[in-house]
Amino acid sequence: MPNLASFITNNSMLGGGAELLCGNVKKHNITLPKQDEKWLIKDLLIWIQKNIIKERPELFLQGNTVRPGILVLINDADWELMGELDYELEDNDRIIFISTLHGG
Amino acid sequence: MNEEQLRNELQNKEKEIQRLKKLLDESAKLLTVPENDLQKQKEKSETLSKEDISRYSRQLILHDFGVKGQIAVKNTNVLIVGAGGLGCPAAIYLAAAGIGRLGVIDYDEVELSNLHRQILHTVDRVGLSKSVSVVHSCCRLNPSTEYVPYHLQLDSSNALRIIESYDIILDATDNVATRYLLNDACVLAGKPLVSGSALRFEGQLTVYHHDGGPCYRCLYPQPPPSEAVTNCSEGGVLGVVPGIIGSLQALEAIKIATGIGTSFSQKLLMFDALDGTFRTVKLRPRCKSCLVCGENPTISQLIDYEQFCGAKATDKDHKLHILERSQRISAKEYSEMVNNKKPHVLVDVRPAIELDICQLPHPMINIPFTSLSRNITEVKDQLLLKLKELSSDDFHNYTVPVVCVCRRGNDSQLAVQQLMKILADDKVKVIDIKGGLHSWSKHVDSNFPIY
Repeated sequence: MPNLASFITNNSMLGGGAELLCGNVKKHNITLPKQDEKWLIKDLLIWIQKNIIKERPELFLQGNTVRPGILVLINDADWELMGELDYELEDNDRIIFISTLHGG
Repeated sequence: MNEEQLRNELQNKEKEIQRLKKLLDESAKLLTVPENDLQKQKEKSETLSKEDISRYSRQLILHDFGVKGQIAVKNTNVLIVGAGGLGCPAAIYLAAAGIGRLGVIDYDEVELSNLHRQILHTVDRVGLSKSVSVVHSCCRLNPSTEYVPYHLQLDSSNALRIIESYDIILDATDNVATRYLLNDACVLAGKPLVSGSALRFEGQLTVYHHDGGPCYRCLYPQPPPSEAVTNCSEGGVLGVVPGIIGSLQALEAIKIATGIGTSFSQKLLMFDALDGTFRTVKLRPRCKSCLVCGENPTISQLIDYEQFCGAKATDKDHKLHILERSQRISAKEYSEMVNNKKPHVLVDVRPAIELDICQLPHPMINIPFTSLSRNITEVKDQLLLKLKELSSDDFHNYTVPVVCVCRRGNDSQLAVQQLMKILADDKVKVIDIKGGLHSWSKHVDSNFPIY
């Protein structure tokens, strides 16, 4: 049995075209496996890349962070205000990945 | 062509000439201010005329707005960059509100495929400059505003000079390079930038470089990879979506001009038309290390933005040239293949939703290019089965080619490359139709729809 004794749940949402990388699904309710240390956003990025992104992963991550043009929002605030990659996830956090639009 | 067809053709061309002459007259008739005059400071109005009072009466009686607000609007000059889906609604509301001077920039001309969202243009203005067309429509609603159409591509050589004559700038453009250009120009010139964008069923709105808030570069120091950028002609857009965002841009400009309410500085509005939700999120503050608005800026003049972004400053489609001549056939050559009943497997690589719009007159397999790399095994099985059916001998020797087609002949080339890899062991000839369905419409069947 995998080690799934407790859960952190997130509402993760993708918009502005970022959802196209995950088979066009915008909202994901994610249950992350338990681990000894707290889950950080940077761990979540890798987890999403492995488990949710369906195509062209390079259009989601570049290096250890999101590619230029994707804005990460934690509970409706820019992740830069929240510690960026090192933010510790809490139960029921809502994480949004939004790709900037350019059309007009 | 027989005599009658020629006569019809001539008649059509003559009609077109008449229409173009009329357009030319209309553009000349528009009273436009010579650019030199713009440099002169306009005298500020301090009162409203009797006509102003009746025209704007419904907003004059608004608490917080009043005569003071109306005079502020009258003394404000707004520049709209992009006379498209965002620029049209923004322009008409600013004109209606009585803005002092409205500048409208666009390098492009009106096309039929613009009209579902670019609502100030009209059918009889197809081919006319978009900036002139917008000004023409606004002028009919409110002739007391001063209008300046600019039929040009905004670039590093002219941006600062043009922006100089305006108080508030609206980014209603459709490409990344112009967004960075406008941002840097607004920071250097010290003007607030009201930025809108829309695609598919979504829109976004932010005010940059205003009220101590961040600029576009604070949020996006690096441009996105060009393959991650989708424009309206590729991704599509529901017409009313830019209509809503463009209207909000006009509203923000009026609020900044009059100092009422709070602005979208350091905030991003995300509109999801399908969910019917408007979500406002808090953005980071101005970034101290920002290259243009930070504490030690390194950008003190405008740079080459097409080079910086690795993308053109238009949303026009570029033509790919990847395949060799021997891997491609023209639409004419393909029509001969069909007429001569030469067996082949036609693969339409467009998204399934586009098949309902139009299809070539030959049975086809739909393998959307975007899903090609996901389903390699199924694609291979599907194609080999079809090839076996059509090939004349029983051995593992496929004698018929696979022909790929898409809308304009870009994806079809990429699909040929992928399919050649997938079918490498099976010695199958894979080719594409040069210029895709657009070319079919142009060279083979003029009744075939173009989209």
